[in-house]
Amino acid sequence: MANEACIVGIGETKYCRGEGSGMSQLALQLSACSAALADAGLKARQIDGIMPFPNLGSAEGFAANLGCENLRFAATINMGGAAPVASLQAAGAAVKAGAADYVLVPAGWNGYSGRRAAQTLSEQVSSIPGGAIARDFYFPYGLTSPPQWYALMARRHMHLYGTTAEQLGAIALAMRKHAQLNPNAVMNGKDMSLDDYMASPMITDPYRLFDCCLETDGAAAMIVTTAERARDLAGSPVRILGVAAGQPYPADEITNRKDIFMTGLTIAAPQAFKKAGLKPSDMDFAQIYDCFTFEVLQQLEETGFCERGEGGAFVEDGRIELGGALPVNTHGGLLSEAHVLGMNHIVEAVRQLRGECGARQVKDAEVGVVTGWGDFGDGSIAILGTA
Amino acid sequence: MSNSDYKKPLPALEGLTQEFYGFCREGELRFQRCASCQAWRHVPREMCAQCGSMDWSWEASSGRGKLFTWTVAARPLHAAFADDAPYAPAVVELDEGVRLVTEIVNCKPVDLEIDAPVEVIFDAVTPEITLPKFRRTGL
Ligand SMILES: [Zn+2]
Repeated sequence: MANEACIVGIGETKYCRGEGSGMSQLALQLSACSAALADAGLKARQIDGIMPFPNLGSAEGFAANLGCENLRFAATINMGGAAPVASLQAAGAAVKAGAADYVLVPAGWNGYSGRRAAQTLSEQVSSIPGGAIARDFYFPYGLTSPPQWYALMARRHMHLYGTTAEQLGAIALAMRKHAQLNPNAVMNGKDMSLDDYMASPMITDPYRLFDCCLETDGAAAMIVTTAERARDLAGSPVRILGVAAGQPYPADEITNRKDIFMTGLTIAAPQAFKKAGLKPSDMDFAQIYDCFTFEVLQQLEETGFCERGEGGAFVEDGRIELGGALPVNTHGGLLSEAHVLGMNHIVEAVRQLRGECGARQVKDAEVGVVTGWGDFGDGSIAILGTA
Repeated sequence: MSNSDYKKPLPALEGLTQEFYGFCREGELRFQRCASCQAWRHVPREMCAQCGSMDWSWEASSGRGKLFTWTVAARPLHAAFADDAPYAPAVVELDEGVRLVTEIVNCKPVDLEIDAPVEVIFDAVTPEITLPKFRRTGL
Protein backbone atom coordinates (compact mmCIF):
# COMPACT_ATOMS: atom_id res chain seq x y z
CA MET A 1 0.00 0.00 0.00
CA ALA A 2 3.02 2.27 0.30
CA ASN A 3 3.30 3.40 -3.29
CA GLU A 4 -0.06 5.03 -3.98
CA ALA A 5 0.06 8.47 -5.50
CA CYS A 6 -0.68 11.26 -3.07
CA ILE A 7 -2.31 14.68 -2.97
CA VAL A 8 0.35 16.97 -1.53
CA GLY A 9 -1.12 20.40 -2.10
CA ILE A 10 -4.52 22.05 -2.18
CA GLY A 11 -5.59 25.62 -2.76
CA GLU A 12 -8.76 27.59 -3.21
CA THR A 13 -9.90 31.16 -3.65
CA LYS A 14 -12.68 33.01 -1.92
CA TYR A 15 -16.03 31.78 -3.19
CA CYS A 16 -18.53 34.50 -3.95
CA ARG A 17 -21.49 35.89 -5.84
CA GLY A 18 -22.57 39.54 -5.52
CA GLU A 19 -19.86 41.71 -7.05
CA GLY A 20 -18.09 38.65 -8.41
CA SER A 21 -14.42 37.74 -8.25
CA GLY A 22 -13.22 40.80 -10.16
CA MET A 23 -10.66 38.56 -11.84
CA SER A 24 -10.48 36.74 -15.15
CA GLN A 25 -11.26 33.05 -15.16
CA LEU A 26 -7.56 32.32 -15.69
CA ALA A 27 -6.37 34.71 -12.97
CA LEU A 28 -8.84 33.15 -10.57
CA GLN A 29 -7.52 29.67 -11.26
CA LEU A 30 -3.90 30.86 -11.09
CA SER A 31 -4.61 32.19 -7.58
CA ALA A 32 -5.79 28.75 -6.54
CA CYS A 33 -2.70 27.18 -8.16
CA SER A 34 -0.39 29.52 -6.22
CA ALA A 35 -2.18 28.60 -3.01
CA ALA A 36 -1.73 24.90 -3.81
CA LEU A 37 1.97 25.39 -4.53
CA ALA A 38 2.46 27.21 -1.22
CA ASP A 39 0.49 24.50 0.58
CA ALA A 40 2.73 21.81 -0.91
CA GLY A 41 5.94 23.77 -0.42
CA LEU A 42 6.75 23.49 -4.13
CA LYS A 43 8.09 25.94 -6.69
CA ALA A 44 6.22 26.40 -9.96
CA ARG A 45 9.18 25.12 -11.98
CA GLN A 46 8.84 21.78 -10.20
CA ILE A 47 5.36 21.33 -11.70
CA ASP A 48 5.90 19.33 -14.89
CA GLY A 49 2.33 18.10 -15.43
CA ILE A 50 -0.88 20.13 -15.76
CA MET A 51 -4.44 18.85 -16.24
CA PRO A 52 -6.86 21.71 -16.93
CA PHE A 53 -10.63 21.30 -16.62
CA PRO A 54 -12.37 20.87 -20.02
CA ASN A 55 -12.83 24.21 -21.82
CA LEU A 56 -11.50 26.27 -18.90
CA GLY A 57 -7.94 26.92 -20.00
CA SER A 58 -4.93 25.32 -21.63
CA ALA A 59 -1.97 23.65 -19.96
CA GLU A 60 0.25 25.93 -22.02
CA GLY A 61 -1.47 29.01 -20.64
CA PHE A 62 -1.22 27.84 -17.04
CA ALA A 63 2.45 26.91 -17.50
CA ALA A 64 3.36 30.22 -19.12
CA ASN A 65 1.75 32.26 -16.35
CA LEU A 66 2.99 30.20 -13.43
CA GLY A 67 6.51 29.69 -14.76
CA CYS A 68 6.39 25.93 -15.22
CA GLU A 69 9.47 25.73 -17.43
CA ASN A 70 9.65 21.95 -17.46
CA LEU A 71 6.16 20.95 -18.57
CA ARG A 72 6.13 17.43 -20.02
CA PHE A 73 2.66 16.05 -19.26
CA ALA A 74 -0.54 17.86 -20.31
CA ALA A 75 -3.96 16.27 -20.56
CA THR A 76 -7.65 16.97 -20.00
CA ILE A 77 -10.29 14.39 -19.09
CA ASN A 78 -13.46 15.27 -20.99
CA MET A 79 -16.01 14.23 -18.36
CA GLY A 80 -17.47 17.56 -17.29
CA GLY A 81 -17.88 17.70 -13.51
CA ALA A 82 -16.45 14.20 -13.23
CA ALA A 83 -13.12 15.50 -14.57
CA PRO A 84 -11.35 16.59 -11.36
CA VAL A 85 -11.75 13.21 -9.62
CA ALA A 86 -11.03 11.36 -12.87
CA SER A 87 -7.93 13.54 -13.22
CA LEU A 88 -6.74 12.13 -9.89
CA GLN A 89 -6.57 8.77 -11.61
CA ALA A 90 -4.69 10.06 -14.65
CA ALA A 91 -2.37 12.25 -12.57
CA GLY A 92 -1.61 9.35 -10.25
CA ALA A 93 -0.85 7.07 -13.18
CA ALA A 94 1.33 9.76 -14.77
CA VAL A 95 3.52 10.27 -11.72
CA LYS A 96 3.83 6.54 -11.07
CA ALA A 97 4.82 5.94 -14.70
CA GLY A 98 7.37 8.74 -14.58
CA ALA A 99 5.55 10.88 -17.14
CA ALA A 100 5.69 13.72 -14.62
CA ASP A 101 6.93 14.36 -11.09
CA TYR A 102 4.25 16.78 -9.89
CA VAL A 103 0.89 17.20 -11.63
CA LEU A 104 -1.18 20.33 -11.02
CA VAL A 105 -4.96 20.05 -11.50
CA PRO A 106 -6.83 23.39 -11.52
CA ALA A 107 -10.54 24.15 -11.91
CA GLY A 108 -12.58 27.29 -11.52
CA TRP A 109 -14.72 29.88 -13.21
CA ASN A 110 -16.75 33.01 -12.85
CA GLY A 111 -19.90 30.93 -12.73
CA TYR A 112 -21.86 33.86 -11.28
CA SER A 113 -20.42 37.06 -12.73
CA GLY A 114 -19.34 35.49 -16.02
CA ARG A 115 -21.51 33.22 -18.07
CA ARG A 116 -24.39 32.11 -15.91
CA ALA A 117 -25.78 28.67 -16.62
CA ALA A 118 -29.04 29.86 -18.15
CA GLN A 119 -27.13 31.98 -20.62
CA THR A 120 -24.65 29.40 -21.82
CA LEU A 121 -27.33 27.03 -22.98
CA SER A 122 -28.49 28.83 -26.07
CA GLU A 123 -24.94 29.19 -27.34
CA GLN A 124 -22.80 26.40 -28.71
CA VAL A 125 -24.46 23.04 -29.01
CA SER A 126 -21.03 21.55 -29.61
CA SER A 127 -20.18 22.24 -25.98
CA ILE A 128 -23.33 20.51 -24.71
CA PRO A 129 -23.14 16.81 -23.78
CA GLY A 130 -24.53 14.69 -26.56
CA GLY A 131 -23.69 17.37 -29.13
CA ALA A 132 -25.77 16.90 -32.26
CA ILE A 133 -28.02 14.35 -30.52
CA ALA A 134 -29.11 16.95 -27.98
CA ARG A 135 -29.50 19.57 -30.72
CA ASP A 136 -31.56 17.33 -32.99
CA PHE A 137 -33.66 15.33 -30.52
CA TYR A 138 -33.78 17.21 -27.15
CA PHE A 139 -33.60 20.94 -27.83
CA PRO A 140 -36.62 21.09 -30.19
CA TYR A 141 -38.77 20.02 -27.23
CA GLY A 142 -37.28 22.50 -24.79
CA LEU A 143 -35.17 19.88 -23.05
CA THR A 144 -32.16 22.16 -23.00
CA SER A 145 -30.30 22.02 -19.72
CA PRO A 146 -28.88 19.75 -17.00
CA PRO A 147 -31.63 20.13 -14.36
CA GLN A 148 -34.20 19.12 -17.00
CA TRP A 149 -32.21 16.08 -18.14
CA TYR A 150 -31.66 14.84 -14.61
CA ALA A 151 -35.21 15.68 -13.51
CA LEU A 152 -36.34 12.96 -15.92
CA MET A 153 -34.41 10.42 -13.84
CA ALA A 154 -35.52 11.90 -10.54
CA ARG A 155 -39.20 11.72 -11.57
CA ARG A 156 -38.85 8.08 -12.61
CA HIS A 157 -37.12 7.23 -9.32
CA MET A 158 -39.93 8.88 -7.35
CA HIS A 159 -42.46 6.85 -9.31
CA LEU A 160 -40.72 3.50 -8.90
CA TYR A 161 -39.44 3.80 -5.35
CA GLY A 162 -41.66 6.37 -3.67
CA THR A 163 -38.83 8.86 -3.19
CA THR A 164 -40.31 12.11 -1.84
CA ALA A 165 -39.73 15.84 -2.12
CA GLU A 166 -39.03 15.87 1.63
CA GLN A 167 -36.21 13.37 1.10
CA LEU A 168 -34.68 15.53 -1.62
CA GLY A 169 -35.12 18.41 0.82
CA ALA A 170 -33.20 16.50 3.51
CA ILE A 171 -30.19 16.55 1.18
CA ALA A 172 -30.45 20.29 0.54
CA LEU A 173 -30.86 20.90 4.28
CA ALA A 174 -27.81 18.83 5.21
CA MET A 175 -25.61 20.75 2.79
CA ARG A 176 -26.98 24.06 4.07
CA LYS A 177 -26.41 23.04 7.67
CA HIS A 178 -22.78 22.16 6.94
CA ALA A 179 -22.26 25.49 5.18
CA GLN A 180 -23.01 27.23 8.48
CA LEU A 181 -19.74 25.76 9.78
CA ASN A 182 -17.72 26.89 6.75
CA PRO A 183 -16.78 30.59 6.56
CA ASN A 184 -15.93 30.30 2.84
CA ALA A 185 -19.35 28.87 1.95
CA VAL A 186 -21.52 31.27 -0.01
CA MET A 187 -24.53 30.19 2.06
CA ASN A 188 -22.74 30.67 5.37
CA GLY A 189 -25.05 32.70 7.60
CA LYS A 190 -28.13 31.73 5.61
CA ASP A 191 -30.10 29.06 7.45
CA MET A 192 -32.75 27.06 5.65
CA SER A 193 -35.73 25.10 7.01
CA LEU A 194 -37.73 22.39 5.31
CA ASP A 195 -40.52 24.97 4.92
CA ASP A 196 -38.08 27.31 3.15
CA TYR A 197 -37.07 24.44 0.88
CA MET A 198 -40.64 23.43 0.05
CA ALA A 199 -41.58 27.05 -0.61
CA SER A 200 -38.72 27.67 -3.04
CA PRO A 201 -39.93 28.11 -6.62
CA MET A 202 -40.16 25.11 -8.92
CA ILE A 203 -37.47 25.18 -11.61
CA THR A 204 -38.19 21.91 -13.39
CA ASP A 205 -40.38 19.42 -11.55
CA PRO A 206 -39.33 17.78 -9.22
CA TYR A 207 -36.46 20.25 -8.82
CA ARG A 208 -37.12 23.37 -6.81
CA LEU A 209 -34.65 26.22 -6.65
CA PHE A 210 -33.01 24.75 -3.55
CA ASP A 211 -32.47 21.39 -5.27
CA CYS A 212 -30.11 23.16 -7.67
CA CYS A 213 -26.43 23.95 -7.21
CA LEU A 214 -25.24 27.51 -6.76
CA GLU A 215 -23.76 29.67 -9.47
CA THR A 216 -20.62 31.17 -7.98
CA ASP A 217 -17.19 32.60 -8.77
CA GLY A 218 -14.23 30.67 -7.44
CA ALA A 219 -11.38 28.29 -8.17
CA ALA A 220 -9.54 25.43 -6.50
CA ALA A 221 -6.51 23.32 -7.36
CA MET A 222 -4.58 20.28 -6.22
CA ILE A 223 -1.12 18.79 -6.75
CA VAL A 224 -0.44 15.06 -7.13
CA THR A 225 2.87 13.23 -6.81
CA THR A 226 4.29 9.86 -5.83
CA ALA A 227 4.35 8.63 -2.24
CA GLU A 228 8.13 8.69 -2.38
CA ARG A 229 8.31 12.37 -3.35
CA ALA A 230 5.53 13.18 -0.91
CA ARG A 231 7.71 11.97 1.96
CA ASP A 232 10.26 14.69 1.15
CA LEU A 233 7.70 17.48 1.46
CA ALA A 234 6.84 19.28 4.67
CA GLY A 235 3.07 18.71 4.73
CA SER A 236 1.11 15.56 5.43
CA PRO A 237 0.14 13.86 2.17
CA VAL A 238 -3.25 12.29 1.52
CA ARG A 239 -3.09 8.91 -0.17
CA ILE A 240 -5.16 7.96 -3.20
CA LEU A 241 -6.17 4.46 -2.06
CA GLY A 242 -8.43 3.68 -5.00
CA VAL A 243 -9.67 5.73 -7.92
CA ALA A 244 -11.78 4.93 -10.99
CA ALA A 245 -13.91 6.57 -13.65
CA GLY A 246 -16.69 5.29 -15.88
CA GLN A 247 -19.37 6.23 -18.36
CA PRO A 248 -23.04 5.32 -18.59
CA TYR A 249 -24.18 3.44 -21.68
CA PRO A 250 -24.87 5.00 -24.03
CA ALA A 251 -23.03 8.03 -22.68
CA ASP A 252 -24.18 10.37 -25.45
CA GLU A 253 -27.93 9.78 -25.07
CA ILE A 254 -29.73 9.88 -21.76
CA THR A 255 -33.13 8.28 -22.49
CA ASN A 256 -32.38 4.95 -24.19
CA ARG A 257 -30.39 3.33 -21.39
CA LYS A 258 -31.63 -0.13 -20.57
CA ASP A 259 -31.17 0.81 -16.92
CA ILE A 260 -32.13 4.48 -16.64
CA PHE A 261 -30.33 4.90 -13.30
CA MET A 262 -27.05 3.42 -14.52
CA THR A 263 -24.27 6.01 -14.46
CA GLY A 264 -20.51 5.98 -14.83
CA LEU A 265 -20.29 5.54 -11.08
CA THR A 266 -22.14 2.23 -11.33
CA ILE A 267 -19.06 0.89 -13.11
CA ALA A 268 -16.42 2.92 -11.33
CA ALA A 269 -17.39 2.51 -7.67
CA PRO A 270 -16.79 -1.25 -7.33
CA GLN A 271 -13.40 -0.85 -9.01
CA ALA A 272 -12.32 1.95 -6.69
CA PHE A 273 -13.34 0.03 -3.56
CA LYS A 274 -11.63 -3.11 -4.83
CA LYS A 275 -8.39 -1.24 -5.50
CA ALA A 276 -8.56 0.29 -2.02
CA GLY A 277 -9.43 -3.01 -0.36
CA LEU A 278 -12.26 -1.21 1.42
CA LYS A 279 -16.05 -1.12 1.38
CA PRO A 280 -18.57 1.71 1.58
CA SER A 281 -19.24 1.07 5.28
CA ASP A 282 -15.57 1.81 5.99
CA MET A 283 -15.93 5.44 4.88
CA ASP A 284 -15.78 8.19 7.51
CA PHE A 285 -17.33 10.76 5.16
CA ALA A 286 -18.46 11.20 1.56
CA GLN A 287 -18.06 14.29 -0.61
CA ILE A 288 -20.63 13.62 -3.34
CA TYR A 289 -20.91 15.76 -6.49
CA ASP A 290 -24.17 17.56 -5.78
CA CYS A 291 -25.20 19.37 -8.93
CA PHE A 292 -28.79 18.61 -7.88
CA THR A 293 -30.20 16.88 -4.83
CA PHE A 294 -31.38 13.74 -6.59
CA GLU A 295 -27.91 13.16 -8.04
CA VAL A 296 -26.62 12.87 -4.46
CA LEU A 297 -29.25 10.25 -3.68
CA GLN A 298 -28.54 8.42 -6.93
CA GLN A 299 -24.79 8.41 -6.35
CA LEU A 300 -25.21 7.15 -2.77
CA GLU A 301 -27.09 4.20 -4.29
CA GLU A 302 -24.68 3.59 -7.15
CA THR A 303 -21.65 3.92 -4.84
CA GLY A 304 -23.11 1.14 -2.74
CA PHE A 305 -23.95 2.98 0.47
CA CYS A 306 -27.46 1.57 0.09
CA GLU A 307 -29.44 -0.49 -2.41
CA ARG A 308 -31.13 0.90 -5.49
CA GLY A 309 -34.37 2.54 -4.38
CA GLU A 310 -33.29 2.95 -0.76
CA GLY A 311 -31.60 6.32 -1.19
CA GLY A 312 -34.64 8.25 -0.02
CA ALA A 313 -34.76 6.51 3.33
CA PHE A 314 -30.97 6.63 3.59
CA VAL A 315 -30.78 10.43 3.60
CA GLU A 316 -33.44 10.83 6.31
CA ASP A 317 -33.00 11.37 10.04
CA GLY A 318 -29.70 13.20 9.82
CA ARG A 319 -27.75 10.20 8.57
CA ILE A 320 -25.85 12.33 6.03
CA GLU A 321 -25.30 15.24 8.41
CA LEU A 322 -22.23 15.82 10.58
CA GLY A 323 -22.67 13.54 13.57
CA GLY A 324 -24.63 11.05 11.44
CA ALA A 325 -23.41 7.70 10.17
CA LEU A 326 -22.14 9.15 6.88
CA PRO A 327 -21.53 12.90 6.80
CA VAL A 328 -21.97 14.05 3.19
CA ASN A 329 -20.49 17.27 1.79
CA THR A 330 -19.13 18.61 5.04
CA HIS A 331 -18.19 21.89 3.29
CA GLY A 332 -21.71 22.50 2.00
CA GLY A 333 -21.12 21.15 -1.48
CA LEU A 334 -22.15 22.71 -4.77
CA LEU A 335 -25.55 23.32 -3.20
CA SER A 336 -24.39 25.55 -0.34
CA GLU A 337 -20.62 26.16 -0.47
CA ALA A 338 -19.92 26.98 -4.12
CA HIS A 339 -19.92 25.44 -7.59
CA VAL A 340 -16.24 24.85 -8.15
CA LEU A 341 -16.79 21.95 -10.53
CA GLY A 342 -16.22 19.38 -7.81
CA MET A 343 -12.64 20.44 -7.12
CA ASN A 344 -13.92 21.89 -3.84
CA HIS A 345 -15.06 18.39 -2.88
CA ILE A 346 -11.50 17.09 -3.24
CA VAL A 347 -10.12 20.05 -1.27
CA GLU A 348 -12.61 19.33 1.53
CA ALA A 349 -11.78 15.62 1.58
CA VAL A 350 -8.07 16.44 1.93
CA ARG A 351 -8.78 18.91 4.74
CA GLN A 352 -10.92 16.37 6.61
CA LEU A 353 -8.14 13.79 6.39
CA ARG A 354 -5.57 16.32 7.58
CA GLY A 355 -7.85 17.23 10.49
CA GLU A 356 -8.03 20.89 9.44
CA CYS A 357 -11.80 21.35 9.36
CA GLY A 358 -12.36 22.95 12.75
CA ALA A 359 -16.04 23.10 13.71
CA ARG A 360 -17.02 20.79 10.87
CA GLN A 361 -14.26 18.21 11.42
CA VAL A 362 -15.34 14.58 11.23
CA LYS A 363 -13.79 13.07 14.34
CA ASP A 364 -10.85 10.75 13.64
CA ALA A 365 -11.44 10.82 9.88
CA GLU A 366 -9.01 8.34 8.32
CA VAL A 367 -10.64 7.38 5.06
CA GLY A 368 -13.28 8.99 2.90
CA VAL A 369 -14.75 9.01 -0.56
CA VAL A 370 -15.17 11.77 -3.12
CA THR A 371 -17.20 11.48 -6.34
CA GLY A 372 -17.57 13.42 -9.56
CA TRP A 373 -20.53 13.60 -11.95
CA GLY A 374 -20.58 15.17 -15.38
CA ASP A 375 -22.33 15.49 -18.71
CA PHE A 376 -25.05 12.81 -19.11
CA GLY A 377 -23.92 10.85 -16.04
CA ASP A 378 -20.19 10.32 -16.44
CA GLY A 379 -18.83 9.28 -13.07
CA SER A 380 -15.62 9.24 -11.08
CA ILE A 381 -14.71 8.21 -7.56
CA ALA A 382 -11.66 8.33 -5.34
CA ILE A 383 -11.09 6.75 -1.96
CA LEU A 384 -8.63 8.82 -0.01
CA GLY A 385 -6.84 8.05 3.20
CA THR A 386 -4.44 9.49 5.74
CA ALA A 387 -0.76 8.90 5.13
CA MET B 1 -46.13 29.86 -41.02
CA SER B 2 -42.85 31.04 -42.45
CA ASN B 3 -39.54 29.90 -41.11
CA SER B 4 -38.81 33.20 -39.46
CA ASP B 5 -41.90 33.04 -37.25
CA TYR B 6 -40.69 29.94 -35.47
CA LYS B 7 -37.94 30.83 -33.02
CA LYS B 8 -37.36 27.58 -31.17
CA PRO B 9 -34.36 25.32 -31.79
CA LEU B 10 -34.74 22.99 -34.74
CA PRO B 11 -32.91 19.80 -35.66
CA ALA B 12 -30.19 20.13 -38.27
CA LEU B 13 -31.27 18.27 -41.39
CA GLU B 14 -28.16 16.20 -41.88
CA GLY B 15 -27.49 12.54 -42.52
CA LEU B 16 -29.67 10.02 -40.72
CA THR B 17 -31.36 12.78 -38.73
CA GLN B 18 -32.60 14.29 -41.98
CA GLU B 19 -34.07 10.92 -42.95
CA PHE B 20 -35.81 10.53 -39.56
CA TYR B 21 -37.44 13.96 -39.78
CA GLY B 22 -38.14 13.47 -43.49
CA PHE B 23 -40.49 10.60 -42.61
CA CYS B 24 -42.12 12.71 -39.90
CA ARG B 25 -42.86 15.36 -42.54
CA GLU B 26 -44.73 12.64 -44.46
CA GLY B 27 -46.68 11.77 -41.31
CA GLU B 28 -44.72 8.62 -40.55
CA LEU B 29 -42.84 7.71 -37.39
CA ARG B 30 -40.05 5.35 -38.39
CA PHE B 31 -37.07 4.03 -36.49
CA GLN B 32 -34.04 2.12 -37.63
CA ARG B 33 -34.32 -1.64 -37.33
CA CYS B 34 -31.38 -4.01 -37.69
CA ALA B 35 -31.72 -6.31 -40.72
CA SER B 36 -29.64 -8.95 -38.99
CA CYS B 37 -31.00 -9.22 -35.42
CA GLN B 38 -34.22 -7.18 -35.83
CA ALA B 39 -33.35 -4.85 -32.93
CA TRP B 40 -35.01 -1.42 -33.06
CA ARG B 41 -32.97 1.65 -32.26
CA HIS B 42 -33.19 5.39 -31.60
CA VAL B 43 -31.43 7.87 -31.86
CA PRO B 44 -30.15 7.11 -35.38
CA ARG B 45 -26.86 5.19 -35.38
CA GLU B 46 -24.64 3.78 -38.11
CA MET B 47 -24.26 0.36 -36.57
CA CYS B 48 -26.32 -2.10 -34.51
CA ALA B 49 -24.81 -2.11 -31.03
CA GLN B 50 -26.52 -5.47 -30.37
CA CYS B 51 -24.88 -7.47 -33.17
CA GLY B 52 -22.50 -5.19 -35.06
CA SER B 53 -24.45 -5.26 -38.31
CA MET B 54 -24.47 -2.19 -40.52
CA ASP B 55 -27.51 -3.42 -42.45
CA TRP B 56 -30.76 -1.80 -41.40
CA SER B 57 -33.92 -0.21 -42.69
CA TRP B 58 -36.38 2.45 -41.57
CA GLU B 59 -39.38 0.52 -40.21
CA ALA B 60 -42.75 2.01 -39.33
CA SER B 61 -43.49 2.32 -35.64
CA SER B 62 -46.95 1.58 -34.25
CA GLY B 63 -46.83 5.15 -32.95
CA ARG B 64 -48.19 3.86 -29.68
CA GLY B 65 -46.46 3.62 -26.35
CA LYS B 66 -46.49 4.84 -22.79
CA LEU B 67 -45.15 7.77 -20.87
CA PHE B 68 -41.79 6.76 -19.43
CA THR B 69 -40.93 9.93 -17.53
CA TRP B 70 -41.34 13.70 -17.72
CA THR B 71 -40.46 17.01 -16.16
CA VAL B 72 -42.38 20.24 -16.00
CA ALA B 73 -40.15 23.13 -16.98
CA ALA B 74 -41.60 25.86 -14.80
CA ARG B 75 -38.77 28.28 -15.38
CA PRO B 76 -37.58 28.25 -18.99
CA LEU B 77 -33.81 27.80 -19.19
CA HIS B 78 -33.68 28.71 -22.88
CA ALA B 79 -34.92 32.05 -24.18
CA ALA B 80 -36.90 30.50 -27.03
CA PHE B 81 -39.20 28.71 -24.58
CA ALA B 82 -39.83 31.73 -22.35
CA ASP B 83 -43.46 32.04 -23.45
CA ASP B 84 -44.19 28.32 -23.13
CA ALA B 85 -43.53 27.77 -19.44
CA PRO B 86 -44.77 25.73 -17.79
CA TYR B 87 -44.28 23.08 -20.43
CA ALA B 88 -43.50 19.40 -20.13
CA PRO B 89 -40.69 17.70 -22.01
CA ALA B 90 -41.39 13.99 -21.78
CA VAL B 91 -39.86 10.64 -22.65
CA VAL B 92 -42.14 8.14 -24.39
CA GLU B 93 -41.37 4.43 -24.65
CA LEU B 94 -42.81 3.07 -27.89
CA ASP B 95 -44.26 -0.42 -28.16
CA GLU B 96 -41.15 -1.28 -30.20
CA GLY B 97 -39.03 -0.59 -27.12
CA VAL B 98 -37.24 2.56 -28.22
CA ARG B 99 -37.67 5.77 -26.25
CA LEU B 100 -37.73 9.33 -27.52
CA VAL B 101 -37.85 12.79 -26.09
CA THR B 102 -41.07 14.54 -27.03
CA GLU B 103 -43.94 16.65 -25.74
CA ILE B 104 -47.38 15.53 -24.58
CA VAL B 105 -49.89 17.86 -26.19
CA ASN B 106 -53.38 17.22 -24.88
CA CYS B 107 -53.01 17.23 -21.13
CA LYS B 108 -51.84 19.75 -18.62
CA PRO B 109 -48.46 19.11 -17.01
CA VAL B 110 -50.27 18.34 -13.76
CA ASP B 111 -52.11 15.46 -15.45
CA LEU B 112 -48.98 13.64 -16.61
CA GLU B 113 -48.75 10.12 -15.30
CA ILE B 114 -45.95 7.63 -15.80
CA ASP B 115 -47.13 4.62 -17.84
CA ALA B 116 -50.09 6.57 -19.28
CA PRO B 117 -50.92 5.35 -22.84
CA VAL B 118 -49.93 7.77 -25.61
CA GLU B 119 -49.98 7.92 -29.40
CA VAL B 120 -48.05 9.97 -31.91
CA ILE B 121 -49.31 13.10 -33.65
CA PHE B 122 -47.32 15.26 -36.03
CA ASP B 123 -46.73 18.97 -35.57
CA ALA B 124 -45.47 20.76 -38.70
CA VAL B 125 -43.66 23.58 -36.94
CA THR B 126 -42.07 24.89 -40.18
CA PRO B 127 -42.46 23.94 -43.83
CA GLU B 128 -39.28 21.85 -43.51
CA ILE B 129 -39.60 20.40 -40.01
CA THR B 130 -42.34 18.28 -38.50
CA LEU B 131 -41.86 17.23 -34.89
CA PRO B 132 -43.40 14.01 -33.61
CA LYS B 133 -45.38 14.76 -30.47
CA PHE B 134 -47.75 12.58 -28.47
CA ARG B 135 -51.23 12.78 -27.07
CA ARG B 136 -52.54 10.88 -24.15
CA THR B 137 -55.18 8.32 -25.14
CA GLY B 138 -58.03 6.87 -23.09
CA LEU B 139 -58.78 10.17 -21.38
ZN1 LIG C 1 -28.40 -6.18 -34.91
